[in-house]
Amino acid sequence: MSTIDSTAGPSLLPAAFAAWFSAKGWQPRAHQMELLARATAGESLLLIAPTGAGKTLAGFLPALTDLTRRGRLPPGSAFTGIHTLYISPLKALAVDIERNLMKPVEEMGLPITVETRTGDTPQAKRQRQRLNPPDILLTTPEQVALLIANGEAPRFFKDLKYVIFDELHSLVTSKRGHLLSLGLARLRRLAPGLRTIGLSATVAEPMDLRRWLVAQRPGAARHAGLVTAPGGARPIITILKSKERVPWSGHSAKYAMPEVYEAIRDHKTSLLFVNTRSQAEILFQELWNINEDTLPIALHHGSLDVGQRRKVEAAMAENRLRAVVATSTLDLGIDWGDVDLVIHVGAPKGASRLAQRIGRANHRMDEPSRAILVPANRFEVMECQAALDANYLGAQDTPPVGDGALDVLAQHVLGMACAAPFDEDALFAEITAAAPYTGLPREKFGRIVAFVATGGYALKTYERYARIRKTQDGLWRVSNPQVAQQYRLNLGTIVEMPMLNVRMVKRGAKGAIGRGGASLGKVEEYFLEMLAPGDTFLFSGKVLRFEGIRENECLVSQAFSLDPKVPAYAGGKFPLSTYLADQVRSMLDDPHRWGGLPEQVRDWLALQRDVSALPKRDELLIETFPRGSRHYMVAYPFEGRLAHQTLGMLLTRRLERAGRRPLGFVATDYSLAVWALDDLGYSFAVERPSLASLFDEDMLGDDLEAWLDESFMLKRTFRNCAVIAGLIEQRHPGKEKTGRQVTVSADLIYDVLRSHEPDHILLEATRNDAAAGLLDIQRLGDMLARIKGHITHRRLDRISPLAVPIMLEIGREPVAGEAQDSLLAEAAEDLIAEAMGVAAI
Amino acid sequence: MQRLALASAKIEDFGAVSARTVVAGVEAVCDPLGALYLPETRLLVVSDLHLEKGAAFARRGMMLPPYDTLATLKVLEAVILRHDPAIVVSLGDNFHDRVGSAHLPDIFRAKITDLARGRDWIWINGNHDPDGTVDLPGQSADELHYAGLAFRHEPSLLSPAGEIAGHLHPAATVIRREKAVRRPCFATDGRRLLMPAFGLMTGGLDLRHRAMTGLFERPSLVAHMLGRDRIYSVRFANLIG
Repeated sequence: MSTIDSTAGPSLLPAAFAAWFSAKGWQPRAHQMELLARATAGESLLLIAPTGAGKTLAGFLPALTDLTRRGRLPPGSAFTGIHTLYISPLKALAVDIERNLMKPVEEMGLPITVETRTGDTPQAKRQRQRLNPPDILLTTPEQVALLIANGEAPRFFKDLKYVIFDELHSLVTSKRGHLLSLGLARLRRLAPGLRTIGLSATVAEPMDLRRWLVAQRPGAARHAGLVTAPGGARPIITILKSKERVPWSGHSAKYAMPEVYEAIRDHKTSLLFVNTRSQAEILFQELWNINEDTLPIALHHGSLDVGQRRKVEAAMAENRLRAVVATSTLDLGIDWGDVDLVIHVGAPKGASRLAQRIGRANHRMDEPSRAILVPANRFEVMECQAALDANYLGAQDTPPVGDGALDVLAQHVLGMACAAPFDEDALFAEITAAAPYTGLPREKFGRIVAFVATGGYALKTYERYARIRKTQDGLWRVSNPQVAQQYRLNLGTIVEMPMLNVRMVKRGAKGAIGRGGASLGKVEEYFLEMLAPGDTFLFSGKVLRFEGIRENECLVSQAFSLDPKVPAYAGGKFPLSTYLADQVRSMLDDPHRWGGLPEQVRDWLALQRDVSALPKRDELLIETFPRGSRHYMVAYPFEGRLAHQTLGMLLTRRLERAGRRPLGFVATDYSLAVWALDDLGYSFAVERPSLASLFDEDMLGDDLEAWLDESFMLKRTFRNCAVIAGLIEQRHPGKEKTGRQVTVSADLIYDVLRSHEPDHILLEATRNDAAAGLLDIQRLGDMLARIKGHITHRRLDRISPLAVPIMLEIGREPVAGEAQDSLLAEAAEDLIAEAMGVAAI
Repeated sequence: MQRLALASAKIEDFGAVSARTVVAGVEAVCDPLGALYLPETRLLVVSDLHLEKGAAFARRGMMLPPYDTLATLKVLEAVILRHDPAIVVSLGDNFHDRVGSAHLPDIFRAKITDLARGRDWIWINGNHDPDGTVDLPGQSADELHYAGLAFRHEPSLLSPAGEIAGHLHPAATVIRREKAVRRPCFATDGRRLLMPAFGLMTGGLDLRHRAMTGLFERPSLVAHMLGRDRIYSVRFANLIG
């Protein structure tokens, strides 16, 4: 790693910059100068820096100094393409950066033009940008995909010198990141000399990001250079020690609201983070119930109406609010006035997520951030303590970049055909330079191209309808201009859940529903399916009465009740990270580490130790006990809800086969409960089946396959893949498909395809996705391997203290798979019972 | 793909998995595969086959799998073999678009011809395929009046008595303990009966949707829902428990 002599620093800076720094009384920081020197010398670089370290300025310095030396182009000079592309995951961030960047540019009087281009940019401005590009363009991944799919892309990007990726750690792990990596591969072809600069928060695996930033070749991996900024002051984090009783289960943290309110009152501006929208709603309502001082407290989550969100953001920036209750929509680096306290309600799940959220408070590096963690239940107390330890240790976990998704590749291939006719081998060489696609076999790429052309089916009946065709010159080109038009409308990797607009209406005296009131935001359709007219629920900080659905809108009226029925159970959306899970297990195993835990939690653990056992770090504790007319088995793997759900499905299949008559299961982040008609404790004791064989790794073979075939989760994954790959469309010129239509047909397409062509490339893409994300199979496999030979079984007469939280969850889970039909049978029985009742009279 | 699986499954006791109902005095059996059988006249009704839906989409640039026709015909074959009807009535939207029957691959044409051998086959015209069929056995009509019943594609608001119609793809949602399950269904109040869509790549419309308004006497409305391996009959008022 090269080091920069501090005396060599200033000479790299044009005079205007040196003067500007000294006028501000600032000194360029070492990492800013190092990045400038190495980028100017031609290196692509990853900058890892904590919030507030002047990351943005550092990223732009090479471009700003280069453009300053170039000077303003004289009128009448030849067309010049953009010089620097800045890409951010959020369009709000792009807009924010423009403001921050324009300040130094204007103060120094630099001869540089800076513009943004997002989905909100008017058509006229986009046209103008194509004819007369700015020097620096600030944009989003989706806009990059649009720009490179255009025939004018070579001209537009020919002079590109720098591509800056902000928040790279959050960009690369998703399908958006995959699409962007393919876009970058194309940019490299259009401007072979370009350098990349990645800006990232601290991450566990910087090698992944460094690989992502540069072109890969077959053979050894190549990496971008690394520049690291020193960390700032350590944050001051505490866990709320409530005088109230910490609940066994649940996610609302209602018990702690008076103390949270106290904390808000004691600080200037607080940000309250929660994991889900419904938690945000509940918390917001609880706070207003006790807001005796009528402090200005606002609500902010992704489902709210945009106008309303912008109002809250503006009020926050002007320091007019004392607190904002928010979900992850606020996760990333937008500047927010003078926040002096972050309160995190619920478990923080991944420790890196916690670090990011805490970085929100106080953007100056030299002062410590302040944060309070508020666990919602007893397991979360331990999780918070583990997260706390993790943060002090500086440990971070970010999901791995992973192999490039095939549906994303299909989208990109169509985009490239829209840009210009392509040669299949040349495009393959180009896309395998993108880090996520380096290992892609040539044959699979061929199948993707065939999929883009005609769907790639074994039954070749669609040749005459092909979207792209190979012509005599050997190049693939689009069949007609409508294909390109459809591509542009459907581009992107973010597939929305089917959402309905929530509209407030007035109820007439006779119950008639009036028309059009204010729009409050959007809510998922599956949530509404469980509501009957007259039910009340929380949304947008109000208790609303559900009136019905009209076309694409959910109609609601003001409910005259303070006690909403919140029918949908919504736990933490994010699974417990592997690292944090390990921390929680080792804490349980080591009573010396219980010191930081509240007394009631310590007592709970001690009681568990006395009546049953505490799970050891590397073993799996299994308890069995009778309750009511059922027999229960509770396992404590601590591997997160997704992995537990998969495990639960597989275990019930196996128990069924062993004749133990299982009835159901429920999974939380920490444990898994299965119940059956047979005495499971006895069955395991006499080894019918033995626990070792029940938990054998071979369940990930045939059982998994068999279950996947019927899994509703796979259908949801398929829908996303099908939309991203362009098999079904979310939008079509002239007519909008509603979310519902997309859902219904995707499920049916999945069924038809699976039964007739089970090895179709899109089903392969779906299985890959499901294995990685939805089902956490990798993690489950690691766990099964780890616990092999380390299963401890306790046969108990009654429920243990540690089992109480999960037993309270029973009945709150959504219904899945085979259980659906038993619900129908139950409803049908009502009719039979009615009929029998009549007959008996 | 529960109906496709069910079509090839062996059924021991058909009475236990189907549901009997009476429409305007005519006895009918709701088959769990989604067809209605009238034993007295040996007449089998299926509705909204939407054959060649995949191809219809492919013609417009969306390459849906080309297997939907094959799958739907397999189920149709199973239900015809079970009842061996004298008359088959396909209640409209037999094809997903106007050119569907003209472009039908020969292999499927042969299959339909095979199924129609030795019986009368009536194609009722639907809104997707108003021009009738091309080169297929049987005859096309806008409506059929037979055995005291009226068979038409779209339910008419004027004459509910004895009407068997399709078009709307009825589905019902059962809600118990805050959980919802939605399935296609036969919907009848004893005067009129709406058929579930038979095509395997077709969606459904909930009985509570406003398009259903005024079609049924709700107090006597029953949804015969297509379960995994049998019909579940649920009174409308009992759907939400």
